[in-house]
Amino acid sequence: MKVITGNRLLDGEVVWLGENGSWVELLSQARVLEGSDELAAALEVARQSLADRVMVDVYEIDVTVEDGRVVPVRLREIIRAAGPTVLPHLGKQARTATA
Amino acid sequence: MYRYDEFDQEFVDQRTAQFADQVRRRLAGELSEDEFKPLRLMNGLYLQLHAYMLRVAIPYGTLNGRQMRKLAHIARTYDRGYGHFTTRQNIQFNWPRLEDTPRILQELAEVEMHAIQTSGNCIRNVTADHFAGAAADEIADPRPYAEILRQWSSIHPEFTFLPRKFKIAITGAPHDRAAVQVHDIGLQLARNDAGEIGFVVFVGGGLGRTPMIGRKVRDFLPEEDLLAYSEAILRVYNRYGRRDNKYKARIKILVHETGLEELKADIEAEFDKIRHGVLRLPEEEVHRIEAYFAPPTLEVLAVTDAAVEARKASDAAFAQFVAHNLNPHRVPGHVSVTISMKPIGGIPGDASDAQMDVIADLAERYGHDEIRISHEQNVILPHVAIRDLPALFDVLVEHKMAEGNAGLITDIIACPGMDYCALATARSIPVAQEISERFGNAERQAEVGELKIKISGCINACGHHHVGHIGILGLEKKGEEFYQITLGGSANEESSIGKIVGRGFSSETVVDAIETLVDTYLGLRTSKEETFLDAYRRIGEEPFKEALYGIG
Repeated sequence: MKVITGNRLLDGEVVWLGENGSWVELLSQARVLEGSDELAAALEVARQSLADRVMVDVYEIDVTVEDGRVVPVRLREIIRAAGPTVLPHLGKQARTATA
Repeated sequence: MYRYDEFDQEFVDQRTAQFADQVRRRLAGELSEDEFKPLRLMNGLYLQLHAYMLRVAIPYGTLNGRQMRKLAHIARTYDRGYGHFTTRQNIQFNWPRLEDTPRILQELAEVEMHAIQTSGNCIRNVTADHFAGAAADEIADPRPYAEILRQWSSIHPEFTFLPRKFKIAITGAPHDRAAVQVHDIGLQLARNDAGEIGFVVFVGGGLGRTPMIGRKVRDFLPEEDLLAYSEAILRVYNRYGRRDNKYKARIKILVHETGLEELKADIEAEFDKIRHGVLRLPEEEVHRIEAYFAPPTLEVLAVTDAAVEARKASDAAFAQFVAHNLNPHRVPGHVSVTISMKPIGGIPGDASDAQMDVIADLAERYGHDEIRISHEQNVILPHVAIRDLPALFDVLVEHKMAEGNAGLITDIIACPGMDYCALATARSIPVAQEISERFGNAERQAEVGELKIKISGCINACGHHHVGHIGILGLEKKGEEFYQITLGGSANEESSIGKIVGRGFSSETVVDAIETLVDTYLGLRTSKEETFLDAYRRIGEEPFKEALYGIG
């Protein structure tokens, strides 16, 4: 299972590719991709977002599902999805705690 | 301190306008990211894990209250209310928006600051002893020379596309507090028999994946040759430095692969061609720049103050602060004060906007409006009267900057690590925090004495782990964070690269391992005067290895 991620050009915000070619700010809203066809199509959408100057730097990451939640495989991506582990009031983790 | 003349101001204003236009062109689609990236990097703008990161230059770590207040304002207005002081005496903001950066650079230019050459393959911010111009043991203030090097190296047309980045450090005292031997060029001020100023020159020091101590290429370079000789070194590097492999592109590799003697001959040959040319440094120019750094007029005062002594006797925290955070000043009755940016359990080098404002106030009130950032990620007020220490300390306590731990085990250097950095392989800050908490008791850390722990979250070694008395390198192994420990590193006038003690530790066990090392030292030292590094150098690694891994 994979999702596509990257940073938004204008403000650098970490986002993931969601439904219908949108870029979403929470991993929980990301579109989980199964199989190489889905991945290839999603990467094509992501590349278009680079060309459209919505995104800077896009790439795919491995994820798993734990208790119904999408979780990145690598620690780096877990931290990207949450915010600095040393400042829990900053980054996306602050939003998800209150959401 | 140095003030911009019309050329400096025009140059910075032009660059700010140029970058604003580059951002506009990027957003309008006239520049691709591939085209824009080198441009933004040359203006200090990175893309990190969570957001963009802007690295602002603090030339040779010197700034005044007005500039510090501007940094606080930027943190508050454009970022998330804090900044991070780095091991190159700069400050980083972790959350700026690309679209705001032209405005941020304009604001910086208003106070004679910028982010030029804080990244990219060029000559970076020249770093200097943080006690420069104040320390009792100083031969001369190194900052005029650092400023001359800054002017020479700023958009130097020949050296804007070097094989790799290039770092220069300079110290004015025999006791090296600027880690000059682990820089591409290290300069140590010296005086010859005739009383003239010159430099001991080291070349090819560096950390990263191939740590090396700089090699001495000159015992005494006359002052007037500073620029010509630096230019000769850079020319040789620019011509012969490797461009085929970025991991072998630093000048240290060139020194290593070419051999010192041959490279020295190349440098001298180049130097000989240009030494009598335009780069010869006129004495008047040195004096002109020196005048900017004229020390404040300080009254000679009593070296002991009754109120300070009484406070020491009644307040253990103040006594601790006085014992560790003061450096001898050349004017009696004064000291340089280290404001620790290492609160127990805190993030090394982070300062909130409110703390930055307080530092600016304190500098203006008690410190002749001078502030320094140290490569050890602390803030220094270089000129403080001893009698003002109690009042200064009270304000620091109120704002949680009063830890009396400078040079002790909790005064840890740590890079941002995987909490922020796109290159990191493991986190650094949580390890620093856990060590700080483990040893945070004031008596315990005073008992351990001088011990420099330095932590990097990847092989690039921004946290200087190679030169930590105890160094910690965070790596990734099978998806888990994993920490390698080195012992015996040092970054002073007797620099050494630490040696890996054995197999690494998990994030759960690495702090226990550090405690084992400290306990082993405490059991083996001849007296409290023998520091961890001294003891390690005397007895070697075996007892430490044995304590960590057992016999065999």
